[in-house]
Amino acid sequence: MLYREAGQFKTTYEADQAVFPILQDRIGVVVILVIALLIPLIASDFVLASIMIPFLIFAMATIGLNVLTGYAGQLSLGTGAFMGVGAYACYKLTTFFPDVNIIILVVLSGIFSAGIGIVFGLPSLRIKGLYLAVTTLAAQFFLEWCFIRIPWLYNYNNSGAIEVPERTGLGGFVLAGPASPPVTRYYVVLGIVVVTTLIMKNVIRGRIGRTWMMIRDMDIAAELMGVRPLFTKLSAFAVSSYICGVAGAMMVFFWLGAAEPSSFSITLSFQILFMAILGGLGSLIGCFFGAAFIWILPVVLRTGLPEIGIDIGAETVEHVSRMIVGALIIFFLVVEPHGLARLWQIGKEKLRVWPFPYA
Amino acid sequence: MDILYQVFIDPFVQMVELPDFLLQVLWEGFVSGILYALIALGFVLIFKASGVFNFAQGIMVVFAALSLVGLYALGLPAYVALIATIAIMGVLAYVVERTIFHHLVNQPDIILLMATIGLTYFLIGFGEFVFGGDPKVMITEELGLPTGSTAFDVLGGLVILQHIDIAAAVIAIIMVLALAVFFNKTRIGRALRAVADDHQAALSVGISLDQIWVIVWFAAGIVALATGIMWGARSDVSFALEIVAFKALPVLILGGFTSIPGAIVGGLIIGIGEKIGEIYWGPLVGGGIESWLAYVIALIFLLFRPQGLFGEKIIERV
Repeated sequence: MLYREAGQFKTTYEADQAVFPILQDRIGVVVILVIALLIPLIASDFVLASIMIPFLIFAMATIGLNVLTGYAGQLSLGTGAFMGVGAYACYKLTTFFPDVNIIILVVLSGIFSAGIGIVFGLPSLRIKGLYLAVTTLAAQFFLEWCFIRIPWLYNYNNSGAIEVPERTGLGGFVLAGPASPPVTRYYVVLGIVVVTTLIMKNVIRGRIGRTWMMIRDMDIAAELMGVRPLFTKLSAFAVSSYICGVAGAMMVFFWLGAAEPSSFSITLSFQILFMAILGGLGSLIGCFFGAAFIWILPVVLRTGLPEIGIDIGAETVEHVSRMIVGALIIFFLVVEPHGLARLWQIGKEKLRVWPFPYA
Repeated sequence: MDILYQVFIDPFVQMVELPDFLLQVLWEGFVSGILYALIALGFVLIFKASGVFNFAQGIMVVFAALSLVGLYALGLPAYVALIATIAIMGVLAYVVERTIFHHLVNQPDIILLMATIGLTYFLIGFGEFVFGGDPKVMITEELGLPTGSTAFDVLGGLVILQHIDIAAAVIAIIMVLALAVFFNKTRIGRALRAVADDHQAALSVGISLDQIWVIVWFAAGIVALATGIMWGARSDVSFALEIVAFKALPVLILGGFTSIPGAIVGGLIIGIGEKIGEIYWGPLVGGGIESWLAYVIALIFLLFRPQGLFGEKIIERV
């Protein structure tokens, strides 16, 4: 009986509408947050910079895609390009406003991504499914081309890449650029991701999120009930691209430090899509599971396999982890279409009646 | 005014002034169009017969070509390697049906699509694991395919035709005719179309879904092998081809998802349109527009005729 809501009575509307109505959930969230805040104490810079930061950024991008594909039911293959728009927008903003706090610029850069997302979301009003995938692919290839061919976007650099200049934030912390310590970057990324997740949790519970799900489940019925498809679909595209854009800006400014157009290729789009599928479409916690799984699996394979006596090269690890990810996607689609998030939920339900499985 | 001239007049002036160059561009477009069409043909086969949009078709092309080259490198004679590769594609079809689609009967389209994306990822990893990631040379001559080129003297200039391209066109035409006969005249072909319409209804009248799906995936595998040989003969066999397979999507939008002739016509329109656009209008915006022009053509087309040129009216309008 580790996990029960029995005896937890709700006497006010506020308590009934709480994000986490069960005490154990609240404790769990607090514990996870405390762990997340304390990780820098025990983790090395390497772990922070190459596992935790990318994990959080990918989780963020997956939330963005999940809003569109998981909640609003519009398949998108252009996530990578929308992340790229955020990154390039942030780069241009920081050249125009070098004195503004970089965090503000990162958050603002998502707006440009949202605008582009709306433009490429317009066809979704007339078409859907596979046909929509074509328009998002068009976005992917067109935007990637723009990143290469419009020199203004990368300030006419000879290398064609964008490089992050050094920027300090509030209190003189170096937040971006090669000199910034991973710890500060980790806290900034963590802060943005936690705030975004909380906001999205509430948006999805609320009116807008419910209309998204109505459109996903049966658009015609939703329309009959007074949901406006125009506003609903475009808002899904806008919110999704906004989050992806911020994730893209964070990816360049707080993780990579520099990026080429090929960083935002279709490979990235697919990586995010796999994270969303594996974690569970239509679930916020699934985004974190999916991102953790796909980002950390190759790392574990690379370090774990030599430990147990199988000596393989880095390239082979890459291939094997691809095979595993591909096989897992198929496995999940066949066995558990709701992904890791559903397993988590099943686990919680089992704990509720533990140790009596049929209670 | 200057920009209007450059966009609307100048390209056509160039075309008229150098007709032999235009002819060469058209031929190049025609050839890449044929290859797009061959990839799209594999998509259409599977979509027509099972309603699955097979995202893995592109990687199946690479996989088939790699197997052929790899088996030849092991010391098998070229034709034995060819037959063995066909057998491999058969095994692949069987395994895919048994492990994936057998369990996904009557699921939503989007789930089926994602399953094929998973298959794509698996096959890329598997292919690189087995054959290595570096490009390989296709065994064109050993298979008895023509090599070399002929130059024709037309319109005051030389137009060069590669023999392998002509062979590709001929093979594409033969394949389309054979498939048309197969779909319209044979018992299995009609069963395939029944399955495409409704999985459950087909099951209830006694059509074996398992058998049908293995057959179409095998057929798509053979088409993939033919495409892989043709493509490999023009450039190397490598995973870079995967990106080319994305071109099949606009081709299908243009031709219609269920139409075999549509795949060919769509492929030709995209192939020729892309080359012409790149050569004559590309320089205005800095070149490289080939990467997205096909999608824009398809997008514009979608707005006017969503079911494609020859497609059935199956699109769900919102």
